[in-house]
Amino acid sequence: MSARDAQGKNRGAAVVIIGGGVTGLSAGWWLARDGVDVLVIEAGAAGWGASGRNGGGCSHHHSPLFSEEQRLWPLMDELLGYPTEFRPNRIRIALDQRQFELYRRALDNGAHEGFRSDVLDPTQVRELVPLAGDNVFGGYFHHFGGHANPHRTLQAYAWALRDRGGRLLQHTRALGFDTRGDRVVGVRTSRGTFPCDHVVIAAGPATGELACLLGVVVPLMSARAEMIVTEPLPLMSLGGVDGNGLYGRQTLRGNLAYGGGPHEWIDVRDVEHGRPHSTPLLASLSRRLCELLPKAAHARVIRSWAGFIENTPDGRPVIDRVSAVENLTIATLSSVGFGLSPASGRAIRDLVVSGACGFADLSSLQLGRFAGLEPDWPARQGWLPSVVGGE
Amino acid sequence: MKSPANTSVGRDRASVAGKQPPIDESTDLLIIGAGPAGIAAALTAASGGVRVTLVDENPVPPQTMGEDVPLHFGGRMAPTAANRNAVLESILRARPQLAEAIDAGIDVRLGTAAWGLFPQRRTAGWIDGHVAGLADEDRAYLLRFRQVIVATGCRDMGVAFDGWQRPGVMGASAAYRLATVYEALDSKVAVLVGSGAEALQSGHALMAAGVRIAAVVEQAEAIAGPAELLAPLLGSGARLFTRYVIERTVGDPQGVTAVRLVPVGSDGSHLPGPVEQIECDTVMLGMAAVPAIELMEAAGCAVSFQAARGGHVPIVDGSQRASLPFLYAAGDCAGTWPSKTLSADIARREGQIAATGALRALGVEPDGPNGEPVLPDHVVRDVAAERVAWVRAMTLKSAATPFVCQCEEVTAADVLELNPPRYLKWQRASDAGRLGAVDSEGAPDPDVVKRLTRAGMGPCQGRRCREQIAALMALGTGSALADIPVATYRPPVRPLRLSQLAAVPEAAAMSDGWESWFGIPSQWIPFWRLTGGRSAAECCADEPVAGE
Repeated sequence: MSARDAQGKNRGAAVVIIGGGVTGLSAGWWLARDGVDVLVIEAGAAGWGASGRNGGGCSHHHSPLFSEEQRLWPLMDELLGYPTEFRPNRIRIALDQRQFELYRRALDNGAHEGFRSDVLDPTQVRELVPLAGDNVFGGYFHHFGGHANPHRTLQAYAWALRDRGGRLLQHTRALGFDTRGDRVVGVRTSRGTFPCDHVVIAAGPATGELACLLGVVVPLMSARAEMIVTEPLPLMSLGGVDGNGLYGRQTLRGNLAYGGGPHEWIDVRDVEHGRPHSTPLLASLSRRLCELLPKAAHARVIRSWAGFIENTPDGRPVIDRVSAVENLTIATLSSVGFGLSPASGRAIRDLVVSGACGFADLSSLQLGRFAGLEPDWPARQGWLPSVVGGE
Repeated sequence: MKSPANTSVGRDRASVAGKQPPIDESTDLLIIGAGPAGIAAALTAASGGVRVTLVDENPVPPQTMGEDVPLHFGGRMAPTAANRNAVLESILRARPQLAEAIDAGIDVRLGTAAWGLFPQRRTAGWIDGHVAGLADEDRAYLLRFRQVIVATGCRDMGVAFDGWQRPGVMGASAAYRLATVYEALDSKVAVLVGSGAEALQSGHALMAAGVRIAAVVEQAEAIAGPAELLAPLLGSGARLFTRYVIERTVGDPQGVTAVRLVPVGSDGSHLPGPVEQIECDTVMLGMAAVPAIELMEAAGCAVSFQAARGGHVPIVDGSQRASLPFLYAAGDCAGTWPSKTLSADIARREGQIAATGALRALGVEPDGPNGEPVLPDHVVRDVAAERVAWVRAMTLKSAATPFVCQCEEVTAADVLELNPPRYLKWQRASDAGRLGAVDSEGAPDPDVVKRLTRAGMGPCQGRRCREQIAALMALGTGSALADIPVATYRPPVRPLRLSQLAAVPEAAAMSDGWESWFGIPSQWIPFWRLTGGRSAAECCADEPVAGE
């Protein structure tokens, strides 16, 4: 499937999705499953942004997409035809009373939606998590949620999209739009213009700037966050273990992959001028992983990584067909997109095809909630980049 | 980090703002690597009256050496390699100028690895200035520096063949280091694979250490290095096999006892015979001396494939300065070429030039004239073609399917087909489509190979496999090797225990505001409790938040 027809002209699509991250690829795959002619364009390599740089968690019990997330994940390998490394269930470890109380919310939220969790005493935690130590205060076992491998899942979406007749064009930067009246009729890119009947903007940190070209304000600020990875250790019976201010998992290969702690707000215009770099924060992450899993203190850190992530002012997604443009759908998952992707892609498919989500109430994810937002909201929230001086 | 002047600024207690780690130590010029280039740089800089800190990772902890870090030691360390004091003494014997450096007031730290360089940048600005991550055997720590000279040397390209995981299969420069710096090479009879100047020079060093070189193996029609370097090896009994590669090793639990050599055609295909079996305990891989650029690439230096400099190297100017203007590269990590291998004077000159540039950047006008810029030899060999030819003949055309990436057990076919890793035991459904790249618009991307096959993701941090993977990708896509981008490096560029890294001091504020995720309270309110519109004030009520 090529981007161009026999005459060398760009072949448009019924739906052009800007952004080959986990949200855009999932939406593309859901649309292609329905036989919709879909083209996903990606400025770099698929999943090279935050989609491929996260903890792989699939346990978002606060979200209106939670039930669908839980329903779909166990089916994804079969639906996609490629492995995602999904594994169900999670354990969260608290090392003190404060953490124990804080983490209880997952139990309460899960229960509200009909999912069970067990409260664990320190002995039970140590039985379930051989790498845990004497410092455990308590924990939770959630009979829901889980985790998958982001890289593998990304590629599974891309392969499945292709298998269903969809197209993915990487290294293609969206530059602007051709409009007619209130409609977008083409997406201008670094490889020419692609005509379309509908546009989905799911471009991560770039979503705000692209939407702005169509007169739509999506308030977003971007930040950098970091993770570390150790050498492989013997597999625990459940890899989905975190807590102590960390998120992450033991991968099916045995590596401990964990993140957490402070993020750094950045200027989104700097994102395209280089990859995200990790910093000595990796030492602070190591310290907390040592506390969480003391019996892994000897494990060697062999890698770290950083990623750029966007957030809306309230940290909640926007998944919306905005009224100002007739055929535009906007999607930013606001820093929590990987686990929700099976459900968010389906929701976007519904919005594109029928204008409304058929399986969840997305009213809390509409852009209109920011109508009264202060223009200087990033400063008010302290979400401003560091001022870099020096040599 | 300075606070913006705007007075209506709120505070995000979960961000990095105000959480800079306390860093007790600082230096004007950090020099990483105490080989000829690093020592020459240090002595030059010390004469300018600036504070110089010279670190070198040798003696490397035995466990790290056992993992083939930083070189492919192949388990051939003699027991004395674990005797730190003995190794320190042999290092001082091998590099007598180190004593001179210590006498000159240079802060020399042996057994100290550099695992990351962290310059303040627009997208990572929370720590002021430039910081290096260093580690000795017990702890990791941070050191502030103003300028840095990287002189980290080179390592060896690995090329897979049946049985190359056996103890005794090692890199030529690893053997050279064990023989000359550690005086701790456990080898009696070696077969040398590759015939460039670097390989032949290692052969000489081994002979001087009492190792018999039984054979020199070269896949090409002619040897790659100067004939006069080969002659002494042949003169002491080595046999030369051109148009041969290793078919497999023969061995016992202690390692290699012999190698079988197979003749190859000009396209690398294995010919029926005559097959030769050579008794040996060591196989020295000397196909390519690869500049050790990991610290610089991970720090963000622009790199490019420069055949005359032996592969991917930082782009430097005439003063050895890289694209990060406070960073200089000197010695083999700035490029390997035959005359530089044969005479340490070239590396020393690079070190002196780099130190002169660094002094000037520090505001010290150096004595004496600037050195003439060092330029590589006029290219007579196509190192890219040689590497691809080795991988084709030794790995791809072999009937065996050795793991190209030993850590993660990935074969050449896995790399070419982007197969999921073995531990998944994934069977392709009959109706599933093909794997492979989903689009041909971009350049082949080794990072995609990494994340899908896991090749290069193991504890040796890709040291034994990254050049072969690039060559395989060139073969698989019909691209020139020079067009395969370098797979990115990430700190820590040396494996470090969690407990070692945990020792790095942090600010008290780090713990105060630590959240699992962004710490935006409204992010985690369950959707059934949400109300109405959102203002900034509503979004950031000050309470701890457990991200999921």
